[in-house]
Amino acid sequence: MTRYLIRRLLQMIPLLIGISILSFLIIKAAPGDPLVVYIDPNKPPPSAQDMARLRAQLGLDQPIPVQYVRWLGNALQGDLGFSLTGRRAVSLEIADRLPATVLLGVSSLLLALLLSVPIALFSAIRRYTWGDYLITTLSFIGLSMPGFFIALLLMQIFSVQWRWLPTTGMRNVRESYTGIQAAIDIGQHLLLPTIALAAASLARWVRYQRSSILDVLSQDYIRTARAKGMTEGRILRVHALRNALTPLVTLIGLSIPQLVSGSFIIEFVFGWPGLGLLAVNAALKRDFPIIMGVTMLSALFIVLGNFFADLAYHFIDPRIRYE
Amino acid sequence: MSDTVVLMNETATQNPWRITLRQFQRHRLANASLILLIVFVLLAIFADRIAPFNPNDIDPRAAGVTRGFPQPPTIEHLFGTDDLNRDVFARLLYGMRVSLAVGFLAMFISIGLGVTLGAISGYAGGWLDNILMRLVDIFLSVPSFIFFLALNALLAPSIWTVIFILSIFSWMDVARLVRGEFLALKERDYVVAAHAIGATPLRIILSHLLPNALAPVLVAATLAIPAAILSESALSFIGLGVPPPNASLGNMLQNAKAWLTTAWWLWITPGLVISLTVLAFNFVGDGLRDAFDPTLRR
Repeated sequence: MTRYLIRRLLQMIPLLIGISILSFLIIKAAPGDPLVVYIDPNKPPPSAQDMARLRAQLGLDQPIPVQYVRWLGNALQGDLGFSLTGRRAVSLEIADRLPATVLLGVSSLLLALLLSVPIALFSAIRRYTWGDYLITTLSFIGLSMPGFFIALLLMQIFSVQWRWLPTTGMRNVRESYTGIQAAIDIGQHLLLPTIALAAASLARWVRYQRSSILDVLSQDYIRTARAKGMTEGRILRVHALRNALTPLVTLIGLSIPQLVSGSFIIEFVFGWPGLGLLAVNAALKRDFPIIMGVTMLSALFIVLGNFFADLAYHFIDPRIRYE
Repeated sequence: MSDTVVLMNETATQNPWRITLRQFQRHRLANASLILLIVFVLLAIFADRIAPFNPNDIDPRAAGVTRGFPQPPTIEHLFGTDDLNRDVFARLLYGMRVSLAVGFLAMFISIGLGVTLGAISGYAGGWLDNILMRLVDIFLSVPSFIFFLALNALLAPSIWTVIFILSIFSWMDVARLVRGEFLALKERDYVVAAHAIGATPLRIILSHLLPNALAPVLVAATLAIPAAILSESALSFIGLGVPPPNASLGNMLQNAKAWLTTAWWLWITPGLVISLTVLAFNFVGDGLRDAFDPTLRR
């Protein structure tokens, strides 16, 4: 196990290096002079000599591979360069936005998780009834609607027609709530983006878990349990569900990229001040240091997510042994 | 006499494609979806004949009444007009044309790329396989959407940029699929025999390995189209996809966002068309998967 862990951790390194090279090349391919950020528009333009000195100071006169190594070294120390539009350190911009994205991501993950298991279970044990057909149809529809269209529909119904919930943002800027009131306020803003983001994962997970539960229920040991007179409820609880739900761990790990990229659109629609909104606005303004900073961070999330999914799998299913 | 022999042969040997077709016809939702898709594709192809107005033309009469406001549906403008008083129905038809074209082209490129790289990887094995599979890992763990954003900001905005970006980030699953099939198939006796009688690698790949790996690729190809359509609409919705004034289903929705509260006809129809198209492709893919699966044969 320890050897497997070490090997998995070592495997992540070339992966992250590959992603970082890809990111770096895109920054390098970006049009415009990176020195622009250092020029104060209110002062007379610096001389060519000053520019050359600055260029040498920043290492921009070095060959591309040397620049890459420097950039990587800085990135590892948390220095991701400066935002072209905000004129702030990329790491600070990201740190500002990270909590909102994590809040949205975790809450929609929980929502999808808590709803998908009972729905899939109902659908599987009532197979080929109208309830099952309804759930199957709804999950196909959920898979087929673009996330932002679901978001627009929710917004139209709950914020515009019925005025139950706020349309955009994370806080009511007109009030300065504290304590419980602030939490309720954020919760109200959080609800619709969470549902919109959870919809696609929910639909996908219900499909997977339904077939996984049906798969387990057709196994011999379930028939044995039935033959010895066990009640259906006990069979489900003790024998079926545990085995049927192991793939869920992998599904959660695999859904992290979708959660990350899905949140970009959802944050954009709801004006949720997270990394996604930051990245989309950066892309619209061609602010490459920000784009690449968010890319590296998201990639790190994804790689780590897969790693922990593998790890959790090991603890849940002792039949799996790694060499 | 010879006639009866031929007849007997025909009934004795069943063409696998015909079996698949018969299985597919039993999947009622998939069939209905296929018909819907054919209708959509025909609407998109003949958009210029069907559309009552030019999609980028501003209706001067409507504009004269209330300039700069979307008009609700009338008999003349079936789905209303947008804020520039352009006919929504016409824009919808042309938007379908763009979205379907993006979906099909992105599918062809990404499947072509995936099949080629997967075939090389699976057939060659060794260090080449290793490098290609690490490449797959890298592409799978970058958050593709943000790379869409980055590349879109780098390249000139056009439909071709969108197709290129969608293709280079969606070949990985197919590559893995084909590689896996090839690894299993290339140890089979008939492939070893073909090798022994001196068949070239290209011949072995094209006429012995690929045809036997085709079924899952076809399913993947069917499911790649709705995925590309969804990504295109998301990119266009943000404003980084198909550039205006040309309509795509996504940028129609983006345009409608400002009129969310006042003009529902601007966003309901494009949203429904996207959802229906993607739903239909998903059902067809599902039907194909079932039809190819011999364990599900009835």
